[in-house]
Amino acid sequence: MAQTKKELLVDPLVDNNPITLQVLGICSALAVTSSLQVALVMSIAVIAVCGFSSMSISFLRNYIPSSIRIIVQMVIIASLVILVDQILKAFAFEISKTLSVFVGLIITNCIVMGRAEAFAMKNPPLASFLDGIGNGLGYGLLLMLVGVVRELFGSGSLFGITILESVNNGGWYVPNGLLLLPPSAFFIIGLLIWAARTWKPAQVEEREFKIQVVEEH
Amino acid sequence: MPDREPSTLWGKLIALPVDSTPKTIFVAVTLCLFCSMIVAFAAVNLRPIQVYNKALDKKVNILQVAGLYKEGVDVGAVFSSFEPRIVDMRTGKFTDAIDIASFDERAAAKDPSMSSELQEDPASIGRKPNFTTVYLLKNKDGSLDKIILPIYGYGLWSTLYGFIALEENGNDIFGLQFYDHAETPGLGAEVDNPRWKAQWQGKKLRDEAGNLMIQVAKVAKVKEHHIDALAGATLTSDGVDNLVKFWMGKSGFAAFISNLKAGAA
Repeated sequence: MAQTKKELLVDPLVDNNPITLQVLGICSALAVTSSLQVALVMSIAVIAVCGFSSMSISFLRNYIPSSIRIIVQMVIIASLVILVDQILKAFAFEISKTLSVFVGLIITNCIVMGRAEAFAMKNPPLASFLDGIGNGLGYGLLLMLVGVVRELFGSGSLFGITILESVNNGGWYVPNGLLLLPPSAFFIIGLLIWAARTWKPAQVEEREFKIQVVEEH
Repeated sequence: MPDREPSTLWGKLIALPVDSTPKTIFVAVTLCLFCSMIVAFAAVNLRPIQVYNKALDKKVNILQVAGLYKEGVDVGAVFSSFEPRIVDMRTGKFTDAIDIASFDERAAAKDPSMSSELQEDPASIGRKPNFTTVYLLKNKDGSLDKIILPIYGYGLWSTLYGFIALEENGNDIFGLQFYDHAETPGLGAEVDNPRWKAQWQGKKLRDEAGNLMIQVAKVAKVKEHHIDALAGATLTSDGVDNLVKFWMGKSGFAAFISNLKAGAA
């Protein structure tokens, strides 16, 4: 790999974003983006887990038997996730209550596993660490974008601070309840993928098959 | 010079190729031991802070359900205006047989010597504890202001633990709040929504004839006893309905409330 350190970190933000290009980690992106604060904590958790799991796996890459490599990766990722969960419960109790099961579900987040298997198994620790952090950042960036839209138009606030005074509190803004429900994140992510691929046409995937033109008789 | 055959067992293991069976087992065992050590170390060291957080959270919830909580308030100081007492659920009277400071409610509810099996179990809790802690909020002149009662029961995925606050007449609800549950975020977890919780205030448990009328349902039968069920969370709503009816009913706190009103608790 001839990527520079900067590329490793910056590439996954837009050019190779884990959500918009690789379409991974959608499940948790639906669940934790209804408020920005939760999305931010979740992003930090994923960045930490992704970075450190890639680094540890990269350190061990020459000693991991290929027959059990996925399980070895899972064990490392799971341990880190439990660590993050315990730290959140100790130092950010309120947020850990809102995140509930989703911290545990970082274990099954395809981004973390994907980077471990695709990058960290073949690259040195520092590059793997940066790659993990970069992909975590890419995930976090998308989470924050979706979170801004959902919280601003769903509850009229950002980070819990009221921006658009809602009708229920005597203001003028009628909140869009759909945006607080998980399906809305699908629409927003879909629109973001569309935007990203319009901006960078290189991201558009090639068609898997062509529709044949039937000859006219 | 040819490589010498390693003599020790350790040397032999190291010399094996990575994919050989003994080495695979060796890597797996070592990694598991190492990871479990890290996890155990974190869990043990962070336990005291987590326990403190949980206790603080419970106090905050008691303050909230009594309407005393404001951002930045000194929880410990406000909480001292509550008088925690242990109630013997079999007689509906206060008891001093149990030390409040060391009383572990959740453990006691499972302990066969401190709980009884339920024949009718609408709240799906299995066993009814013989003792529970209630919190009495007194006015400055020492008269009773509010009664905070612990309630719990099964929703859809989890047991919901919460408190209900009653006015001094033991019939008007002041508030209801859950502090521990794992219901679906966005649907069942809307039991935490302030707008939904606000519905409970001013509702009456019983009608004038003393029948337990409180109800969480989609359609209102009698407005002053009705709480609107949560949209998209029928099973959680039913769970809340069942658990409130159970704890306020005659197998729950009914005897205690009437004793308290009669001054015989």
